[in-house]
Amino acid sequence: MSFIEISHLRKSFGPNTVVHDFSLSIEKGEFISFLGPSGCGKTTILRMIAGFETATSGSLHVGGVEMTNLPPAKRNVGMVFQAYALFPNLTVAGNIGFGLKIAGKERGEIDARVAELLELIKLPDLGDRYPYQLSGGQQQRVALARALAIKPQVLLLDEPLSALDAKIRVSLREEIRALQRELGITTVFVTHDQEEALSISDRIVVMNQGRADQVGTPSEIYNNPATRFVASFVGTLNLFEARVVDPVAGRVSIDGQPVVTARDISAYGIADGATVALRPEALSLGGGDGDRNVLTGTVEEVSFLGAVIRVRVKLREARVSLDIFNDPALDLPKVGMPAAVSFKKDDLLIIDRD
Amino acid sequence: MASNASSASLPRPRVPWAVVGVTPFMVFALLFLILPTLFLVVGAFQDNDGGFTLANLGKLWTPTILASYWISIKVSVASAVIGAAIGAFIAYAAVSGGLPRWIRPTIMTFSGVASQFAGVPLAFAFLATLGRQGLVTLFLSSVFGLNIYAQGFNLLSFWGLTLTYLYFQIPLMVLIVTPAIEGLRKEWREAATILGASNWQYWRHIAGPVLLPSFLGAALLLFANAFGAIATAYALTGSSLNIVTILLYAQIRGDVLHDQNLGYAIAFGMIVITGLSNLCYILLRVRSERWLK
Amino acid sequence: MKTNRLGHWIAILIGTLYFVVPLAATFEFSLRKLRGVYSFEAYRVVLADPQFQSSFTFSVGLAVVTIVFGMAIIVPMAYFVELRLRKLRPFVEFVTLLPLVVPAIVIVFGYLRLYNSSSILPLTNSTLSTNFLLTCGYVTLALPYMYRSIETGLRAIDVRTLTEAAESLGASSGTIIWRIILPNIRSAMLSGAFLTFAIVIGEFTFASLLNRPAFGPYLQLIGANRAYEPAALACMAFMITWACMGIIQVISRNAVAAHP
Ligand SMILES: Nc1ncnc2c1ncn2[C@@H]1O[C@H](COP(=O)(O)OP(=O)(O)O)[C@@H](O)[C@H]1O
Ligand SMILES: [Mg+2]
Repeated sequence: MSFIEISHLRKSFGPNTVVHDFSLSIEKGEFISFLGPSGCGKTTILRMIAGFETATSGSLHVGGVEMTNLPPAKRNVGMVFQAYALFPNLTVAGNIGFGLKIAGKERGEIDARVAELLELIKLPDLGDRYPYQLSGGQQQRVALARALAIKPQVLLLDEPLSALDAKIRVSLREEIRALQRELGITTVFVTHDQEEALSISDRIVVMNQGRADQVGTPSEIYNNPATRFVASFVGTLNLFEARVVDPVAGRVSIDGQPVVTARDISAYGIADGATVALRPEALSLGGGDGDRNVLTGTVEEVSFLGAVIRVRVKLREARVSLDIFNDPALDLPKVGMPAAVSFKKDDLLIIDRD
Repeated sequence: MASNASSASLPRPRVPWAVVGVTPFMVFALLFLILPTLFLVVGAFQDNDGGFTLANLGKLWTPTILASYWISIKVSVASAVIGAAIGAFIAYAAVSGGLPRWIRPTIMTFSGVASQFAGVPLAFAFLATLGRQGLVTLFLSSVFGLNIYAQGFNLLSFWGLTLTYLYFQIPLMVLIVTPAIEGLRKEWREAATILGASNWQYWRHIAGPVLLPSFLGAALLLFANAFGAIATAYALTGSSLNIVTILLYAQIRGDVLHDQNLGYAIAFGMIVITGLSNLCYILLRVRSERWLK
Repeated sequence: MKTNRLGHWIAILIGTLYFVVPLAATFEFSLRKLRGVYSFEAYRVVLADPQFQSSFTFSVGLAVVTIVFGMAIIVPMAYFVELRLRKLRPFVEFVTLLPLVVPAIVIVFGYLRLYNSSSILPLTNSTLSTNFLLTCGYVTLALPYMYRSIETGLRAIDVRTLTEAAESLGASSGTIIWRIILPNIRSAMLSGAFLTFAIVIGEFTFASLLNRPAFGPYLQLIGANRAYEPAALACMAFMITWACMGIIQVISRNAVAAHP
């Protein structure tokens, strides 16, 4: 049995079922992200783990102990909320020490632990400040320290970074990850930002309308999306409705142009429709060597995105976008020019019919 | 743009509209608010010949005047404290969820009405309710055999006036304190709960301290509100309950006390009391707004 | 959770009783004028009383003048303070809160001393000027409420941008206030107006001490001399308050609907 065992969890609000038959095993020390669009049920699952919502059915075990109906105060989990939620009437030190004070710990012990945590979140001198005197990023670190102070067995973070500026968001997420590694604490992190999830998770659960569409490591999720939803939600993707030409040899036709995939499509029949996908960064301009697939068309748009340049090429009917690195020495393709786009056989993804 | 450029190159006398627009108000405030108040404040420190004296204030220390201040303070404190407590509880019940949605706007509307229903008509309403022939008085004696007047109750007394004032104090509290209670964030309770706090510990350590400045501030405002009131008390009790506003009223009408400067001193004492409570209210509000932002 | 909710219901119930019982009692009392039967006799007597009619008309007129006069001095002030004279704001805040600090009876006492027949500005000498003084007193009473609602209205619209846009089209200050600003803060002004009406209509202290035949002193007089008519008057006064507050609700709801 894993450290956290969620099985067949279901949650309905009145007639609306917002979480359907959700099962997941989380190992001790793992960093798991729930990724999905707003309203897909991420927060609801997190709140069921915390004990703020009771599951309609299903069960939850942590460390082998049944938790399904335990009140939140008894669960020994830490939680960080999206909008800081620091207690406004307590200082930073008072906030961090709150859980210990409630637990009836001695003054000296509390002070020592608070000092240790202030050190850990790199705000050693701000113990006497009030929350309104801190920036958003600082407040969120204090919220993290407050959650960690009671040495919880699980740390739950509900979109902790989404109220922050882009720069702080990136640096704080790296800090959270480093801290989590250092403490080895089992962590569930909720986000709607795919880049965030990909960059810090051990595993990602991609959620779609109350269900887990795919559970896997960031590279599995990115490179082998299990469903069309996962493929389109994670990263940018060119999707095509292709036609299978030869299932055994892996030959398909995209917009009338023949290409070959290295992936197994033997389950398809001849002339079946199949959804295939190409990542923009897997494509390059020009024909390439004979081993690569080539699609031809005309350049329709060139947009400058900084480090990369995104080029959109119109095939016959379909369009394909590709990213090339911005190299000043390079001649930019011009709109209206004929263009060839090539990619490796490996890079043609087959999306399961969903 | 074009007109700006031309007015810059052709300096013609411009009408300072802003000054013209603000002046009437300033003159008004000076003549009908600031000067009258200052006149009394200064007069409180003057003798009949215009010289400086503290004698007028000294004359406040007579049993009748002290007693009237004291009864005013008692009624105002009692109606403010009880009104604040009940009002806060009703506001909390209306805001905190668990009750149907229509409750909240309904309560706010009714509070708006009741908080403005004061003055003479309120006295009539309470006479019809708790007077000797009032509906509730008769109801209690016919159904429970309880004659409240025989038990020592009197509408024309401290408790009678306090009960009457509560009719506008409670809804006023509801109106003032509801925004503060709405400022209590759900996450604070959840964060406290998950850190192991019980409901009582949450109130003791978080919600109570957060609400306290707003609560005290609102109570002070209720106090000042009751302290300056006269019409209800006058219509209810005539001059049988000698609160300080009624004393001053009688003094102004020339019924008693013919000492003008003593009148100023009484007025000055009232300004000091309501001024202090309003000052504390503002200080507390600044503090609570900082937190609830 | 269950017991919690029960406590909430009890609080609401007590509040409701406190609100409703005196009204019900007053209404019941007002119907008792004729022995043994409920009747509207007290209302008939009151409405037929010429003094009722004259004092009520007087107070309604006074309320209207108060509203117009108050708006005429407060709106331009609030507009220019918001637009150009921000430095004045703390002072204005102080002045508009003053009527909550200085009780009405103290203010009117000041008037009587400052504007009596032997002063430089003997406003109490003629009926007309006393009425003016009374109006000024009512404007000070209503000042906190009027200013607050107008200020809220002005903040909700972007005064600066609107003004600059109008100025760039060559409009004068007067035109801007009249044609641009007023229509945009109409609902805020109406709310302030009805609140003022509710405050002024039954006001006792000012009218009584300035000796004007207003509705408030009339109420007091009836209360001292009659048994059932006061209850009828209280019910009518309550209806007026209720109507004013109800209208404010409707106005502000419509304003919200119009500017989502
Ligand atoms: N207390 C509640 N009552 C009714 N519906 C709710 C409640 N909480 C959440 N929901 C609904 O459940 C769905 C999932 O919400 P949530 O878990 O907050 O999504 P996410 O965190 O992924 O954005 C939403 O459609 C939301 O409207
Ligand atoms: Mg959420």
